[in-house]
Amino acid sequence: MMSNLDINFFFEDFRLNAYILNVDLQTDATLQVDISDALSERDKVKFTVHTKSTLPNFKQNEFSVVRQHEEFIWLHDSFVENEEYAGYIIPPSPPRPDFDASREKLQKLGEGEGSMTKEEFTKMKQELEAEYLAIFKKTVAMHEVFLCRVAAHPVLRKDLNFHVFLEYNQDLSVRGKNKKEKLEDFFKNVVKSADGVLVAGVKDVDDFFEHEKTFLLEYHNRVKDSSAKSDRMIRSHKSAADDINRIASTLYTLGTQDSTDLCKFFLKVSELFEKTRKIEARVAADEDLKLADLLKYYLRESQAAKDLLYRRGRALVDYENANKALDKARAKNKDVLQAETTQQVCCQKFEKISESAKQELIDFKTRRVAAFRKNLVELAELELKHAKGNLQLLQSCLGVLKGDT
Amino acid sequence: MAASSERSPPPFPDSEEPELLEDSDEGADAFTGTSISEMDSPSPDSTRPPKDIFNEPLEDIFSDPLSNINSEPQKKVDTKIPSPSSDEVVDLFSDPLDDDSEVISSPEVQNPMPDLLNEPVQAPKSDGSSKSSSVKKAASAELFGDEDEEDLFKELPKVVTKKPQPLGPPVDVFTEVKSDVKVKPQVKDDPTDLFTEEALTAPAPKPSASSSSSRTNGVHSEEHDLFSEATVELSLDSPRNDRKKKDAVKPSVSAPVAPVASSSSKAPSKTLEELEEEESEDTFDLNISVTNPEKVGDGMNAYMAYKVSTQTSLTMFRSKMFTVRRRFSDFLGLYEKLSEKHSQNGYIVPPPPEKSILGMTKVKVGKEDPSSAEFVERRRAALERYLQRVVSHPSLLQDPDVREFLEKEELPRAVSTQALSGAGFLKMLNKATDAVSKMTIKMNEQDVWFDEKIQDVENEEQHMRKLHIMVESLVNHRKELSGNTAVFAKSVAMLGSSEDNTALSRALSQLAEVEDRIEQIHQEKAANDFFTFSELLADYIRLLGAVKGCFDQRMKAWQRWQDAENMLQKKREAEAKLLWANKPDKLQQAKDEIAEWEAKVTQYEREFERISATVRKEVIRFDKEKARDFKRQIIKYLESLLNSQQQLIKYWEAFLPEAKAIA
Repeated sequence: MMSNLDINFFFEDFRLNAYILNVDLQTDATLQVDISDALSERDKVKFTVHTKSTLPNFKQNEFSVVRQHEEFIWLHDSFVENEEYAGYIIPPSPPRPDFDASREKLQKLGEGEGSMTKEEFTKMKQELEAEYLAIFKKTVAMHEVFLCRVAAHPVLRKDLNFHVFLEYNQDLSVRGKNKKEKLEDFFKNVVKSADGVLVAGVKDVDDFFEHEKTFLLEYHNRVKDSSAKSDRMIRSHKSAADDINRIASTLYTLGTQDSTDLCKFFLKVSELFEKTRKIEARVAADEDLKLADLLKYYLRESQAAKDLLYRRGRALVDYENANKALDKARAKNKDVLQAETTQQVCCQKFEKISESAKQELIDFKTRRVAAFRKNLVELAELELKHAKGNLQLLQSCLGVLKGDT
Repeated sequence: MAASSERSPPPFPDSEEPELLEDSDEGADAFTGTSISEMDSPSPDSTRPPKDIFNEPLEDIFSDPLSNINSEPQKKVDTKIPSPSSDEVVDLFSDPLDDDSEVISSPEVQNPMPDLLNEPVQAPKSDGSSKSSSVKKAASAELFGDEDEEDLFKELPKVVTKKPQPLGPPVDVFTEVKSDVKVKPQVKDDPTDLFTEEALTAPAPKPSASSSSSRTNGVHSEEHDLFSEATVELSLDSPRNDRKKKDAVKPSVSAPVAPVASSSSKAPSKTLEELEEEESEDTFDLNISVTNPEKVGDGMNAYMAYKVSTQTSLTMFRSKMFTVRRRFSDFLGLYEKLSEKHSQNGYIVPPPPEKSILGMTKVKVGKEDPSSAEFVERRRAALERYLQRVVSHPSLLQDPDVREFLEKEELPRAVSTQALSGAGFLKMLNKATDAVSKMTIKMNEQDVWFDEKIQDVENEEQHMRKLHIMVESLVNHRKELSGNTAVFAKSVAMLGSSEDNTALSRALSQLAEVEDRIEQIHQEKAANDFFTFSELLADYIRLLGAVKGCFDQRMKAWQRWQDAENMLQKKREAEAKLLWANKPDKLQQAKDEIAEWEAKVTQYEREFERISATVRKEVIRFDKEKARDFKRQIIKYLESLLNSQQQLIKYWEAFLPEAKAIA
């Protein structure tokens, strides 16, 4: 489908973006992870995870392993399920690679090959390949961001599963979840969200968390909305760019009909449209990278932060229940010791979560502001660059056309 | 009948050319007056050497072609009827090529034209006067007779000697036309030849004269209308010609004659063409705008009325500025009238915007929603462009209906334009039959130019349609984009309001503002796509349809000619049979019929040539207009895009420091 060479060719440019999303505060060079290569096969993508580290737990300083999307998910789930990490924002798992739409289009193109001219076909093919590549690169970037976030996290970076994930050069033989597990997951989610509503209703004793809770609930919804809207906006922008492309090629055929002045004029305009199309497509792609991806990432990140607050809220509720149980036990003078230990465990858990959660949420905010700044500045700069390019194009074309007439 | 005899030049005093009367047959009584020119007419064609034309005084040259028009065909009929041997006739038609080759080299066709162009001021005057009023005509003829007495006498004997060989002049008539065809392909790209091309059109009215004379024989009366119309054209040529010329030369003089009837004919088209040349160089001084759409009435009887304002310095109008109110069906009515009169002559009549029952119903229901406002604006702009196209056509501008439409306060309600009326149904029926007949006509195209052009227009239309669909799609996507951007802007504003970092929150609300403005830009772009680009294409798709209609008219003329030719063939066969069977009693009738059909063939052939020439000229004009329109519109379109880009840059430049200020 796509040669490896092609991918490497485009790879560099996307790598940059991965770092843009991942504005981490860590400058620590003891553990650096990136995805050095990726290979798209029929129904899966193989990522080459490259690690550079001075940590003593690794046998070598530099090594690479091949990982698949499912293994990333496994790593993420292992973090989520680990009680130890209840007080941290677990970096959101990367989204599933979704090439189906793009593949389908390529296939359709192959079927419709006879019905269009050679130029149209080549053009369409190039377009679709570019689209495919964009999705591919984005997928890679998302996976890389996840790993980088984990590697930058003061606690998670020490996780054993993470080290295995990085170092073990065989298949981790994680399997996808079967139907039963999926059903269980579903029920868990239902219970969790129902519980979440209950827990969220509980008034927090701590003003900081109370504030964070209301903020995150609202923020998450809004970022979700913005993300969906930005996607739609960008999609229509892309369609408009496609239309311009088609207009350019029709103008070209009109222009090649004859050799009159008007035909030459059409050819020039067609050329302009072709270039405009490229710029418009770039604008759409850059908005996609700088804006939509940013929003999407923070949609997931805010969800992770919300999850953290849920866990804390849950712990708080447990703690309060344990307190009540202890009071009851003392009143009845029955099982007091057991209730006391439960109460103490709950108290400890709650305090531990609260302690790390506060720092995590502050970090989240810092990261968010930095990420937005970086992306918005770059978005504005790119928009300016494209708009200026387009302006220049129009100016020079108008100059030529007016000179002609 | 009466009309035609009135219009044909009146009889001259007998005393003037007594000899001529001896020659003329008794069948030509209505045309006796023309005999003087009849005597003249063969001279440029066959007898007189070409240099004579230059030596002669102007009046002579001009009276010549004019009288030719009337006299030549008539003579042809006169002479043929008494022709004793039909074999000769057959010969004549069976090998016309030989004749062609002789005549091709003959300069008559081109020669009168340069002169015409060299003396444009005087020429049309004499031209006009000689024809517009009988008195003047007689006077000028007299004048001419007096001045050129010597000349006349020299020629006369020749002409008289020619007469006994009656087939001579008609051959010239035919071959002259044929030679015209031969000349055309060479004419194509050479602008200086334009005039010769017009010269080719000059003989075109002849058939009408010939037909009127053939009607004196009382044969085919069913074509009465056509012929009488043609004769009307003839009589009207000159005043218009005259006036036009005067306009062109000294525009301060107010128009002396208001043309009474309309339909254009070939003779003025020479001068019109010149005029058009001038016009296309100068700015066309007729500004029409359609403004103030206004709903009149309520419910389903409501309609939109538009203000049609004209601003002009053309003297054909009563004042320099005037305004009328017209409704949509008036515009359609104008088109109906124009197309009825002009499209059969091969003119490209600009089509009006289509009726839109859905759009209008919306407006009628009276919802003040943006889509109906857009509909009205779209229609207004389309009507304006439509009118501008009509008046920029030199022949259509002359049409009294156009002037009436622009000037007259009250117009009779156009009735036949309703889609769901009896007339509408008839129109549909006609269209259907036309489509069927079009399919059945198999024209083997002789003319390479037409062959290519028809193909080109077909292709062009196809591509334009494709392009139009795509531009429409772009418009839709841009509208969608604009809508989505607006929604996103709102969403970002909300996000900004819930963001608890002050600088970031501020930046986000700034971003929302930028996106809001970008939404405006997209909206403007969509409007621009639509009004300057998509509508242009829609117009030209319609216009290309009209061009195709012209080609169809030409094909129809060709078909008529071919049918007549076939008929003639049959008649001849019948005659041969009669000869063979030795039935002299019926022979005369058969010969009459042959003569009649020969006349028809000639007439149809000329009509075909005429329509071919017109269509060709029209298509060339159309191509020129098209190139100009497209260049102007696309440049306008791009300039508007340029503007949008500049705004876009401004907005993002304002945003950049805000983004940088996030801390």
